[in-house]
Amino acid sequence: MSTVTNTRAQNTYRGGPDENGHFGLFGGRFVAETLMPLILDLEQAYTDAKADPSFQTEMDGHLATYVGRPSPLYFAERLTEHCGGAKIYFKREELNHTGAHKVNNVLGQIMLALRMGKTRIIAETGAGMHGVATATLCAKFGLPCIIYMGSVDVARQKPNVLRMKILGAEIRAVESGSKTLKDAMNEALRDWVANVHDTFYCIGTVAGPHPYPAMVRDFQSVIGRETREQMLAAEGRLPDSLIACIGGGSNAMGLFHPFLDEPGIEIYGVEAAGHGLDSGQHAASIAGGRPGVLHGNRTYLLMDEDGQIEEAHSISAGLDYPGIGPEHAWLNDVGRVEFLSATDDEAVAAFQLCSKLEGIIPALEPAHALARVIDIAAKKPKDHLMVVNVSGRGDKDLDSVASYLDAQTRGAN
Amino acid sequence: MVTRIDKTFAALKRQGRAGLVTFITAGDPDYDTSLAMLKGLPAAGATVIELGMPFSDPMADGPAIQASSQRALRAGQTMKKTLSMVREFRAEDDTTPIVLMGYYNPIYVYPVDRFIADAVDAGVDGLIVVDVPPEEDEELRPAANAGGLDVIRLATPTTDAKRLPAVLANTSGFVYYVSIAGITGTAAPDIAAVGAHVGRIKAHTDLPIAVGFGVKTEQQVSELAGIAEGVVVGSALVSAIAESLDAGGKATAKTKPHLLGLVERLSAALRHEAEAAAV
Ligand SMILES: Cc1ncc(COP(=O)(O)O)c(C=O)c1O
Repeated sequence: MSTVTNTRAQNTYRGGPDENGHFGLFGGRFVAETLMPLILDLEQAYTDAKADPSFQTEMDGHLATYVGRPSPLYFAERLTEHCGGAKIYFKREELNHTGAHKVNNVLGQIMLALRMGKTRIIAETGAGMHGVATATLCAKFGLPCIIYMGSVDVARQKPNVLRMKILGAEIRAVESGSKTLKDAMNEALRDWVANVHDTFYCIGTVAGPHPYPAMVRDFQSVIGRETREQMLAAEGRLPDSLIACIGGGSNAMGLFHPFLDEPGIEIYGVEAAGHGLDSGQHAASIAGGRPGVLHGNRTYLLMDEDGQIEEAHSISAGLDYPGIGPEHAWLNDVGRVEFLSATDDEAVAAFQLCSKLEGIIPALEPAHALARVIDIAAKKPKDHLMVVNVSGRGDKDLDSVASYLDAQTRGAN
Repeated sequence: MVTRIDKTFAALKRQGRAGLVTFITAGDPDYDTSLAMLKGLPAAGATVIELGMPFSDPMADGPAIQASSQRALRAGQTMKKTLSMVREFRAEDDTTPIVLMGYYNPIYVYPVDRFIADAVDAGVDGLIVVDVPPEEDEELRPAANAGGLDVIRLATPTTDAKRLPAVLANTSGFVYYVSIAGITGTAAPDIAAVGAHVGRIKAHTDLPIAVGFGVKTEQQVSELAGIAEGVVVGSALVSAIAESLDAGGKATAKTKPHLLGLVERLSAALRHEAEAAAV
């Protein structure tokens, strides 16, 4: 397969990873020996599936009739007026079945699991959207499903916990470490090591050991491919800028990747700045981290001087992760994508504004992207076409936002 | 150069017995207690010492070693302190091999070259870095070997015949056979299956083999002693430390004797096995 190096020798930002799963310094396969044969098998199975046209055809069928793709590209007219600059388009991933972009990737991985003869599915989840998508597709395909979720997230994303249970999944609340997404991923990896023969680990973002970052990116790239066609149809040309929130970075990579080699397009990733980048309580691994190794890949991580991973903080459970996918780390270092951040306060304000102006209640994750859209759009000319990935809907976040606003009101009194 | 690890396994071979490889986490439950226990291990019967470098996210470890790492980190353990424990140990014991075991990130950010230099200087003999498989070890192993450190690789029940030669290719000191597909301290190994795997590994290498993961009882130790050159016990030891702590998680007067008492019993089980075999 690809022996592309990560230099720009081939004049592309889309050639990675190399055959060992590296995007420049980042990525790789930093896993225990027990898992090494499994990820090599997975890589082989994925390579075969990609070369099999029937795999893509079947996936396209499910994407159309089950997920509800293509998701619309929507001109957000009132938000555009409000900002007074760029024309803002929403890529409506929140309209997918299960309410987020996560399902695009899960469909691909579950189809692959079936192809590999695996009979048990495990996944980690933060906000619960990946867990819900995994539970959903396991229900559809009749597979047992176990979801690892930090106990902090179980408490703050109750509606999703209930949804997963109704869908027949078993939820295992994780009490170790910070009790959030990173710890859920640790537990899922521990499960996988102990159940190597029958189990498929369905990772929810563009992170983890090779081939996950590339595979999840490929499954999510349907977002960018559709956006390209839809923008050509709507405006007769490509967009001028793209923007998306970054947890591990899958909704962002799905939108960005098909456009990486279009030189004129500005691309922004928005990390969660929590209580502020200076507060020490945030989840912005590019802004506040440095290269390290965790969960099977090398990437930017939040850590202390001694290399101990630090707890991330974000009001958004889906962004509350101390790392970022390795391809994003590389795109940052080569300067192709600019990484910004938005605080809890800014995200909640954007969440409210989007709801009131557009009648779309976004998830708190894309609310971070919307927070930066508001100020970037204002500075752009009126013919600038901007696309933001509205990666999920906000129903799951109503409790979090209510208690946040409550605390704010009490604090102000 | 004949290393401490080579000398130790050569001596075991002459004595016709297997060695006890003990794992404790550096700094658990605090630096001073951990150092005192470390110094007591050889007399209690440890032949090789694996010293855990605590990490916040020990993905291959079960609850016992996770808790042990957390205790060490809460007590302020750092990589520098772990290396200084080794140095203090070496000042009194120049024969018992010490193998540092842990995860890559604290080594990577140290960074690697300085870590190797400091580890060699402190008197470390080998490294086991759980999340650096052969595919990723070019940035660590050659430099470690050049500095005189063995890099001990893990073979596991999932390491198939096709992969085994690559795993063994650059390992030195000994081979660590992970006796279960799982995390530390959980399932008990199936002795017959372990025997078959170890036999397969021996067909590919002359290095000594140590077997660990899930080994807890004297019975298991003596059974495995008939199969391999070393038997590794970890979770059972750190659990013994945990049992001896006060309600606040602090060391008590019982902590050191409780741990070393268990090591003595496990070591006696090993020697019995050897004596029985010799009869
Ligand atoms: C709606 C939504 N958007 C974004 C994310 C963040 O993940 P990623 O960065 O992989 O898209 C999540 C994660 O749970 C999510 O639920």
